[in-house]
Amino acid sequence: MSLRIVVTVKYVPDATGDRHFADDLTVDRDDVDGLLSELDEYAVEQALQIAENADEAEVTVLTVGPEDAKDALRKALSMGADKAIHVEDDDLHGTDAIGTSLVLAKAIEKAGYDLVISGMASTDGSMGVVPALLAERLGVPQVTLLAEVSVEDGTVKGRRDGDAASEQLEASLPAVVSVTDQSGEARYPSFKGIMAAKKKPVQSWDLSDLDIDEDEVGLENAWTAVDSATERPARTAGTIVKDEGEGGKQLAEFLASQKFI
Amino acid sequence: MAEVLVYVDHVDGAVRKPTLELLTLARRIGEPVAVALGAGAADTAATLAEHGAAKVLTHDAPEYADYLVVPKVDALQAAVEAVSPAAVLVPSSAEGKEIAARLALRIGSGIITDAVDLEAGDEGPVATQSVFAASYSTKSRVSKGTPVITVKPNSAAVEAAPAAGAVEALNVSFSAQATGTKVTGRTPRESTGRPELTEAAIVVSGGRGVNGAENFAVIEALADSLGAAVGASRAAVDAGWYPHTSQVGQTGKSVSPQLYIANGISGAIQHRAGMQTSKTIVAVNKDSEAPIFDLVDYGVVGDLFAVVPQLTEEIKARKG
Ligand SMILES: Cc1cc2nc3c(=O)[nH]c(=O)nc-3n(C[C@H](O)[C@H](O)[C@H](O)COP(=O)(O)OP(=O)(O)OC[C@H]3O[C@@H](n4cnc5c(N)ncnc54)[C@H](O)[C@@H]3O)c2cc1C
Ligand SMILES: Cc1cc2nc3c(=O)[nH]c(=O)nc-3n(C[C@H](O)[C@H](O)[C@H](O)COP(=O)(O)OP(=O)(O)OC[C@H]3O[C@@H](n4cnc5c(N)ncnc54)[C@H](O)[C@@H]3O)c2cc1C
Repeated sequence: MSLRIVVTVKYVPDATGDRHFADDLTVDRDDVDGLLSELDEYAVEQALQIAENADEAEVTVLTVGPEDAKDALRKALSMGADKAIHVEDDDLHGTDAIGTSLVLAKAIEKAGYDLVISGMASTDGSMGVVPALLAERLGVPQVTLLAEVSVEDGTVKGRRDGDAASEQLEASLPAVVSVTDQSGEARYPSFKGIMAAKKKPVQSWDLSDLDIDEDEVGLENAWTAVDSATERPARTAGTIVKDEGEGGKQLAEFLASQKFI
Repeated sequence: MAEVLVYVDHVDGAVRKPTLELLTLARRIGEPVAVALGAGAADTAATLAEHGAAKVLTHDAPEYADYLVVPKVDALQAAVEAVSPAAVLVPSSAEGKEIAARLALRIGSGIITDAVDLEAGDEGPVATQSVFAASYSTKSRVSKGTPVITVKPNSAAVEAAPAAGAVEALNVSFSAQATGTKVTGRTPRESTGRPELTEAAIVVSGGRGVNGAENFAVIEALADSLGAAVGASRAAVDAGWYPHTSQVGQTGKSVSPQLYIANGISGAIQHRAGMQTSKTIVAVNKDSEAPIFDLVDYGVVGDLFAVVPQLTEEIKARKG
């Protein structure tokens, strides 16, 4: 029996670029290049490893995003995923976390799954809530924020490093897993992988394919509203000194002047 | 006055500081009602009352420790049904955000995470978020349902405001999902005796420039002279020099202390995402071109192994 793994991957504006908000206070996607959220590479990596250790498995990568989000899918396919699903619809513009989780959950159900693997957080909204929302919607266990994960005999096990303790977790499949950047380096796509990715199937679904009403998603129907976005004023240039033997003392003088000592 | 639910983060009855900050923020939008779950829940009441909780709803059951997240969601949902609050506030820990998200979905509400400030508005509470590695500040609202908002540590000064703090037992029946994810083992984190990273007024961090686990003693000595918490960059953590729980940044802790001292840290965007909202920023780095210097109030271009020990000695001397 084949293990069906769905990996959710988000297409995000490059964090090292100059990120801005558009006039409608959604992320301005024209201003800066997009890419596969780096933290989702860890999810793809763990999915591939779990698949490699299973008798038979299929890894599907899923994204909800605009036309360009195909780039994120291609990257994941070139790492080794088997196929991809792209949910794309103009009415999705401005959807918030609750709405996004609805679309993802419907797509995951339509695709069929035993295991969903997500990143720990996106690198743009970085809420870290979508995996928990998916578990709630799908009615399956959440085994989230894992630094270590394995799947055997229909059971997923993992380690979650929390603030107060490190916990060993266990749940039966189907389940939703999310992995942290401590779970293991993500592989680079090989040349062969990149070539093979071009031939792998990418399915496109819109809201009607998922039986979602347009008034359940989008900016107008979101559960949250952004009223303003203000660019933080650049920090005023600080004092910079070169250490010529007295650097530590000079710094102490500054800290004392600021009443830290 | 409208009631506002505050989810209590505590360890065996000892309430953590971010919860006390939430009580302060909750008073701006209504009357705080605290929800404390698990072992020691009832012991939280005195502290919560001192900081403004009109009521403390408590419940203990083995499920809170034995299963992940969902039992707490069930309890918080029971509290929402019992109180019909104007908003629900939860500390922005990893677990807090997951609890808040599932609760929001269940009660048909929107969720805002990682608020750094909160005020009353005409259409409900208005949250300030610091986004895109703190390069933007946004104001947002929950527009459907009962606002569920998670708030970052250090978002408000803790104020004492004695209130009744009447303890009431919360009635909770666990859902079928509650026992889905078993906690089969737990290794508590050893206390270093230093302040909690996210709660500390001063954070002293070390990066790749510290160049070895044993050299972190230099960073720790500075931290101890200031009564500070110790942080680390991901490069230092990945090298195994310092535990991951001390990582500051996008995938580590986000800190917002009065003073942040970065030593041997270049200031990559992912590191900045976790410390850029610090009130005063200081850096020691031997490369005058390091991006961290764009952020600093005071920077020393130099070798940290010369500058940091001298600074530590000077602080000790001044403190006498
Ligand atoms: C700066 C900023 C702040 C925001 N604040 C809020 C807010 O407070 N409340 C709110 O409701 N919305 C908010 N949003 C919108 C929200 O980020 C999006 O709706 C988003 O798709 C879901 O949240 P996230 O990106 O934070 O995902 P997270 O919960 O951080 O993502 C975790 C994982 O879920 C998966 N995932 C998330 N989105 C997708 C996707 N579109 N396709 C495939 N997989 C995905 C990925 O595996 C990802 O690693 C904000 C957006 C931005 C840019
Ligand atoms: C998805 C993702 C998430 C990430 N999350 C995080 C995160 O949460 N936190 C984080 O920190 N990083 C994170 N990173 C990594 C980040 O991009 C940087 O690689 C990292 O912050 C670099 O750490 P560093 O500044 O210590 O090391 P480097 O960039 O190597 O800088 C070392 C600095 O030390 C200086 N130095 C060397 N020797 C000395 C000396 N003797 N005295 C003084 N100065 C000296 C050097 O001049 C240099 O500036 C993330 C990356 C990705 C892709």
